[in-house]
Amino acid sequence: MLASIIASGLAVGAVYALIGITYNTMFATSRVMSFTAGQLGMLGGVFGSMFMLRLGLPVLPALALTLICCALIGVVTEIVAVRPVLKSLEQHLYVLTTLALALLIQHTTAMEWSTEPQPFPRLVNFGSGIWDEKYWLPVVVCIATIIGLEYLYRRTLVGRAFVAIAEDNFAARALGLPERNLRMASYALAGAIGALAGFAGGQLLLAFFANGSLLNFYGFIPVALGGLGNNRGAVIGGFVLGLFQQAANFMVGGIFSSVAVFTLFIIVLLAAPQGMFGAQAARRV
Amino acid sequence: MDAMTGTAPPRTRPKVAGPLSPLWPFLLLLAIGLAMPLTGNAYWGLIATRMAVYWVLVAGLNLIVGYAGQLAIGYVALLTIGAYTTSVLAAGNVFPPLPAFAALGAAGVAGAVAGVVVGLPALRLRTFYFAMTTLGFATIVTQITLAWQDVTGGGIGIAGPEMPEPLDTTWGFLYFCLGFAAVCTWLTANIARSRFGRALVAVRDAEVAAEASGIRKPRLLVLVFILAGALAAMAGGLFATLQTYITPDAFTFDLSLLFFIAILIGGRGSILGPLLGTVILTLLPEIAAPLAAWSTFLYAALLLVIVLAMPGGIAALIDPRSRRKLPENRVITPRTAALDALLGQRKVPEPMRLSGIVLAFGGVRAIDGLDLEVAPGQVHGLIGPNGSGKTTTLNVISGYYRPEAGSMAIGTNPLRAGDPEGRATLRIARTFQTPRLIGEASVLENVMIGGTIDGTAGFAEALFALPRHRRDERELEARARLALEAVGLADLAAARADRLQHSELRFMEIARALMLRPAFLMLDEPAAGLSAEEIRRLGALVRGISRHGTGVLLVEHHADLIFDICDQVTVLNLGKVLAAGTPAEIRVHKEVVSAYLGA
Repeated sequence: MLASIIASGLAVGAVYALIGITYNTMFATSRVMSFTAGQLGMLGGVFGSMFMLRLGLPVLPALALTLICCALIGVVTEIVAVRPVLKSLEQHLYVLTTLALALLIQHTTAMEWSTEPQPFPRLVNFGSGIWDEKYWLPVVVCIATIIGLEYLYRRTLVGRAFVAIAEDNFAARALGLPERNLRMASYALAGAIGALAGFAGGQLLLAFFANGSLLNFYGFIPVALGGLGNNRGAVIGGFVLGLFQQAANFMVGGIFSSVAVFTLFIIVLLAAPQGMFGAQAARRV
Repeated sequence: MDAMTGTAPPRTRPKVAGPLSPLWPFLLLLAIGLAMPLTGNAYWGLIATRMAVYWVLVAGLNLIVGYAGQLAIGYVALLTIGAYTTSVLAAGNVFPPLPAFAALGAAGVAGAVAGVVVGLPALRLRTFYFAMTTLGFATIVTQITLAWQDVTGGGIGIAGPEMPEPLDTTWGFLYFCLGFAAVCTWLTANIARSRFGRALVAVRDAEVAAEASGIRKPRLLVLVFILAGALAAMAGGLFATLQTYITPDAFTFDLSLLFFIAILIGGRGSILGPLLGTVILTLLPEIAAPLAAWSTFLYAALLLVIVLAMPGGIAALIDPRSRRKLPENRVITPRTAALDALLGQRKVPEPMRLSGIVLAFGGVRAIDGLDLEVAPGQVHGLIGPNGSGKTTTLNVISGYYRPEAGSMAIGTNPLRAGDPEGRATLRIARTFQTPRLIGEASVLENVMIGGTIDGTAGFAEALFALPRHRRDERELEARARLALEAVGLADLAAARADRLQHSELRFMEIARALMLRPAFLMLDEPAAGLSAEEIRRLGALVRGISRHGTGVLLVEHHADLIFDICDQVTVLNLGKVLAAGTPAEIRVHKEVVSAYLGA
């Protein structure tokens, strides 16, 4: 039993961590926390199921199409819900615009796709029991993503430009970095990462519209625990959350496990509002 | 004309509109509701009742979202708690059955507690975090109602409480809900127009200024969370009666959205706006019946459009103050005569002393062993090049920064480091380099914020507009008008603050600071952006204030103003005192002249 708690805990934890990274990627270049992060994860599953099962495409083209579609939705998010409210960031209007967009996405999916969970195919057909694909695939994808991102941010010019904008927006613009294009690129990247989360976790979560708000919440917890913008913190937080949630699931049952997670979340946040690895916020006088 | 000594001619005072004026739209809506039985259509009666019930919740939530600016999205959780508490208690699943009214009262208490629990994260967490936790709370509450089958009936549900005669008919219940809603409107309007309501808006739009005025955000928000929670839960009880039978399915996320968006459509800081918003959103699915399945989509689209296209909501459209023309070529004419009435004869305070203050940011020593004494009744100038630590010094005194070493005291009483909200009680007031204002509030209301701590009536007294509260309000308003008179903005009392010119805002901040009848007044570059004539009037005003016993600490770059009005001047450079003395001494101080004054 312990083995299956760990296997499923790490698997859902990896999906949560990836959604957390989706949040962070959008936050880094715009200082905006977007409610669409979880919806992107949900769409990864829905698009994957649609391309593979409804349209009968092979895995790789389906994956490519899913990534492209979600990247486009990321760009749309930036244009519709983020850019217009960036000027008055301190009014937190982005909370409302991204929530509205997230709801539009979720409801359209419910009406046009299905209100019931739809199956998601096996991708590589390898492993069984606790070594089943649905358990190890999200973990592998999560690790691959974080390595890829580290490479991007440290070794490539575009990645370093992202970091520059995240560190100091004004200085980066003064240096002549194309801030707006980089922001759109980072939203596209976030869309792709979210899609990857949903695609890798498709077997686990199925293609279901309600996953959006679920992932939104459970993907946010690693960010809150790990500190805003801290990807490594998000990965650690994601795995911790996944293991805790699955353990609680086995011990007290589904409904009360979400109560347990929520309570823990609130307590940790009230004790350390900036997260376990986050920096203290500056004064604003 | 000598504006400085002239007494105020009798003038007609511009009236400042309260949240319920004009009253006729409220009465019209109520009359339409009361006339519903004339239609004989029970279905429309049902819808009118639903509007009234929703409004009971939205009225309370409006104080949190519209006034305090906290994004509490998942408020359906409170409706659920209220509905189940009332139904369970009335059905007698746990205790012997209670009468409907007692159950409703119990729900109010449960809602007050739950309201604080839902709201607590707002006291410590960032906006997005708080929005997220309220959403999480809504999910959790629904899940608990599903799981706790013995009490709530789980997915099967439970019957709502039945009202006693004559309230058990469609029309009887409608009248009861309308009455309830009218009372809630009155209560929340009382809060909105009280010092608590102004403080909520100040916390939303000018948090730093609110702290400097002694407003303690956690305490204030908890009071409002209690009120909104109780109203929302009682709305839940009424909702259960209206539905006659409730299941967890009845409390969808759609409802949370409806409540939240009704306030945004209505506009922040208004009561009529959100009321109209509630009416419109409740009607919408009825009018557009084929779209019922798309209602979430509709609400979300509406939310997006409002935020992007009309952030002010309905309230901005119907607010006459944003259209009425302000006179052009306005002149700020301070009247020191008003200062006599405002500041009057007070006990002369003891001097404020800072000694050995050190504060470093990272490796930079912003203040490096500063000694400073501000004497009562004198103007003390603090000058120095950019980055020499002038504003930082003000921030240390007003408690925003904690120095790493050194001590502060007023007379023999030590001044606690940190604690910005405690400075107002010590009569230490300040203005800011960039004016901190509440753009949507009137100039008078902005100024009244400064006197918040002098209110004597508590929240409950304000809620029911009891005599002590009304006396508070009269006194605060009179004092604010005096302060405006003193700084020369009396004619603009009723104007929206965001329509004022920059120079007027600087004088408005001084008026707000004067509301405290300060023992010490700290001015952070009050002359920046003022014309030469305005600077001259400012100088006379500041001198006038100091002559009434207030110790003024003036940070300024205009050397002329400093040398004109200061009794003492301290020159800072790189966080250290370069020179201190009378203006005459500083003027000829060699290092000061070469480092700062030039020539």
